[in-house]
Amino acid sequence: MRVEGKGLINRGHPVSFTFDGMRYEGYEGDTLASALLANDVRLVARSFKYHRPRGILTAGSEEPNALVTVGRGARQEPNVRATVQEIYHGLEARSQNRWPNLTWDALQVNDLAAPFFGAGFYYKTFMWPKAFWEKVYEPAIRRAAGLGALSGENNADSYEKAYAFCDLLVIGAGPTGLMAALVAGRAGADVILADEDASLGGRLLAETHEVDGMPGAEWVREVLEELGEMPNVRLMPRTTVTGAHDGGTFGALERVAHHTIGRAGTPLECFWRIVAKRSILAAGALERPVAFRNNDRPGIMTAGAVRAYLNRWGVSPGKMVTVFTNNDSGHRTARDLLDAGVHVAALIDSRHDAPDCAGVRVLKGAQVCDSGGRLGLESITIRSVSGEDKLQTDCLAMSGGWNPTVHMTCHMGGRPVWNQDLEAFVPAEGAIPGMRAAGACNGVFSTAGCLRAGAEAAAEALDALGVAGGAVELPAAEDDPYRIAPLWAVPGKGRAWLDFQNDVTVKDVKQAAVENFRSVEHMKRYTTQGMATDQGKNSNVAALAILADVTGRAIPETGTTTFRPPYVPVSIAAMGAGSQGKGFAPQRFTTSHKASVERGAPMIEAGLWYRPSYFPVSGETTWRQSCDREVNMVRESVGVCDVSTLGKIDIQGKDAAEFLDFVYTNTFSTLKVGRCRYGLMLREDGFVMDDGTTARLSETHYVMTTTTAAAGEVMRHLEFVHQGLRPDLDVNFISVTEQWAQFAVAGPKSRELLDELLDEPLSEGDWPFMACGAVEVAGVKGRLFRISFSGEHAYELAVPARYGDSLFRLLMARAEEKGGGPYGMEALNVLRIEKGFITHAEIHGRTTAFDVGLEKMVSGKKDCIGKTMSERPGLFGDDREQLVGLKPVGPVKQLAAGAHLFNEKEEAVRVNDQGYVTSVAFSPTLGHMLGMGFLKNGRARHGETIRMVDHLRGLETYCEVIDPVAFDPEGGRVRG
Amino acid sequence: MRITCPICGERDRREFYYKSAAVALERPDPEAGDGVWNDYLHLRENPAGVTRELWYHETGCSAWLVVTRNTVSHEILDAVLASEARA
Ligand SMILES: [Zn+2]
Repeated sequence: MRVEGKGLINRGHPVSFTFDGMRYEGYEGDTLASALLANDVRLVARSFKYHRPRGILTAGSEEPNALVTVGRGARQEPNVRATVQEIYHGLEARSQNRWPNLTWDALQVNDLAAPFFGAGFYYKTFMWPKAFWEKVYEPAIRRAAGLGALSGENNADSYEKAYAFCDLLVIGAGPTGLMAALVAGRAGADVILADEDASLGGRLLAETHEVDGMPGAEWVREVLEELGEMPNVRLMPRTTVTGAHDGGTFGALERVAHHTIGRAGTPLECFWRIVAKRSILAAGALERPVAFRNNDRPGIMTAGAVRAYLNRWGVSPGKMVTVFTNNDSGHRTARDLLDAGVHVAALIDSRHDAPDCAGVRVLKGAQVCDSGGRLGLESITIRSVSGEDKLQTDCLAMSGGWNPTVHMTCHMGGRPVWNQDLEAFVPAEGAIPGMRAAGACNGVFSTAGCLRAGAEAAAEALDALGVAGGAVELPAAEDDPYRIAPLWAVPGKGRAWLDFQNDVTVKDVKQAAVENFRSVEHMKRYTTQGMATDQGKNSNVAALAILADVTGRAIPETGTTTFRPPYVPVSIAAMGAGSQGKGFAPQRFTTSHKASVERGAPMIEAGLWYRPSYFPVSGETTWRQSCDREVNMVRESVGVCDVSTLGKIDIQGKDAAEFLDFVYTNTFSTLKVGRCRYGLMLREDGFVMDDGTTARLSETHYVMTTTTAAAGEVMRHLEFVHQGLRPDLDVNFISVTEQWAQFAVAGPKSRELLDELLDEPLSEGDWPFMACGAVEVAGVKGRLFRISFSGEHAYELAVPARYGDSLFRLLMARAEEKGGGPYGMEALNVLRIEKGFITHAEIHGRTTAFDVGLEKMVSGKKDCIGKTMSERPGLFGDDREQLVGLKPVGPVKQLAAGAHLFNEKEEAVRVNDQGYVTSVAFSPTLGHMLGMGFLKNGRARHGETIRMVDHLRGLETYCEVIDPVAFDPEGGRVRG
Repeated sequence: MRITCPICGERDRREFYYKSAAVALERPDPEAGDGVWNDYLHLRENPAGVTRELWYHETGCSAWLVVTRNTVSHEILDAVLASEARA
């Protein structure tokens, strides 16, 4: 219910929303949790395993119970914590993990069967029969035990990622963080202040403490105003810092638009990477529940949450509240409620020496040992020296003490330290380089202490940054001591909940210990304690204390589980922002892309590049028709193909020739200026890395081509060989792949075409095979290479990329006049297979120069990368699988890449494997299919019949082993 | 993780490409024998502590760096140009 005169909500601005189809009204500034409590809705969820009725436990991101689904259709978002979801007009929220509805859930029978569902029940119950696990047990369990469901539709929202840099990152904007940001901001440091809440201020918004003689919230407003005016300070509300990583890098999730319905143009979430020279962790503390029988009933909440709902949102979660505490902070809840006019039935304090509290009966040395009520709290049972008493109450505010939020300090392997006075873990110092934990997360619980700690941490950071900071006067605030006597679990029968979200009870932890899962990590996995979306924020320390107790060890000796990033759940969509659809990988387009698409060419991916598959003409209905035509065209007249995607590396320097001799197996220092040479490159382990032609443009200037696929790898390799192994050589290189548009002009009429196109016709005799030089096309300076990947008389013509589109169109038109035209990747592949030219299908990383028949290219006169190791035993000889050509000879004419080769009479099983097929194509030139592959001792077996078996496609073909060069083996056409 | 490139300054590790231990810089003589070559190519220390590695500033200046890194604390202790580290 709402309490008049309380809260920071905007009562002039009502907001309506629905929960499970019912319409409710709240106010601007409400969370879904506060608005539901204001409407007296206590039952909001069903628990994970037992489907127990659950309510709101906390007022923050640590909430284990109140998980709801927000939105509909593609926008449906499951497992939203009602405690962080701000309400807006039209918000639709639904409860989860229940059927048919929240008040009557069919699976509440699980609760009756609880004795079978204790710790380790998965492992014990569903062991037999084994085959049932995957088909029966697991799907059934997954349906019964669960969280919310995804929509199953494509995500309709957009997400963003961003980077930020600062001198000082302050994590948390409570009294500590605000004070730290103020001190550092005034000194002129670049500060980012991030807090997961929509309103900065932390506990100052939830308590009635005064700061500097004014209400805490008023002091917060003044500080934020000052910070807001500082250009060097960036305030980041709704931003949870999720992880501390190496080198002062932090992950942070900003909930950009979860609080609005209209998301047009705004991302839903933004995932930040923040790089900070220093950081201050001011993450505060989380309150612990107390484990007692049926402590999970709706209406039982943490005492700090009850104060927050009252003071910040003007809501009392009950009409007749009781408080159960083992420390002084619980008394504040009673005081604030009384001051607000809410009836407080009793204050139960487990300490015999508990202080009094004006206006309420304090039961000292008493404990709450049970609760009653069907779908919400109606009564509690109090146990004291005088026996057990029942008390009517609709809200129990419990406090088992406070845990400093140490999580972030553990993200780089640090272990928190047990503090006996606080009965809690505090951060280990220096656990994150450059980070200082301050305030409540460091075990300082008073407001004055936090303000002081924030200022000191900021001063220390400024010092480390070398920024001069003036003295800052600390505002006056309460400085109450924190007194606590440990109470983890109230003894007694029945189930007392520890991990509300995973339904783990005190009994489960004890059972784990009995079964010898005594290590905290084993206990966690056996019971699932702390494994849910809240990662045990509310329960880990208590579970640990109970494990310590039953195993007869102290808490520090028992140890903690490991806190890992992220601190709160982060959607995959936010982390992968920008990487969906076309954002998944960059797209590289050639200059001929537009013209190719205009011709109806289907584009296929080659690495990041898009290349035309074929160029269909009217009447062609299959790719094969187009491909065959294009092959014939190149063999008979002239074809044009964009080859710009091949890597082009410009190499210059006095020692360029010597360098190339070192990276290539063959010699380039002897290459004449104006000539090209095919080169083979090995890795240092002796296997083939890449191949391509390299042209010598001058004594000190070469242009290397690489395959499309290996362009990046070769560039890295060249840089490594130069910088790492031969820095003495005077040579430099740069990729010019995108600077030059390069087109193959291939076929018997290629020369005729070029003579018509070039400003000056090619002079007879100057352009033999493998010649290169400068030419001009319509006044544009270009380069011409007489090289061929088709086996035909062919050239590659390169012009600066800005002329690529126009040259390609011109080449197509000229070629068509001669009965030719453009050809695509399919035809290019057929042409090269007919000629036995290798690609990365053949040089796939496991083949040597010997295997591909190029061992003669490894010069004996010089050292080169990979030479020594290529001479290892085992990398050459009859046992190696060697490159061969394959031609079908039996009734089946089909070949398939990936198929394996077997001797004619041997069974097609692994031990009889003779090799495999790497490339196949139908050769329109020869009228049958052709294959390339590797066959044991293959070069000596030309003429043999071999059996090709494709077990996947169920294909078996008898082939003749032939020379890989199936067409024009003398090479007369390429030279002609 | 962040690496301070001697040419570009401090950068996110996403800009870098990792190759191997810096041992790769000590290429043996071609005639050094199988054992030496085998060590050079295949055998690596796996220290819990300080290690020297080769990183390539691929989306930066193309410099190959020798990065000295602690595998336990992940601390980057040093980054120098590979071309100068060898000498
Ligand atoms: Zn760099």
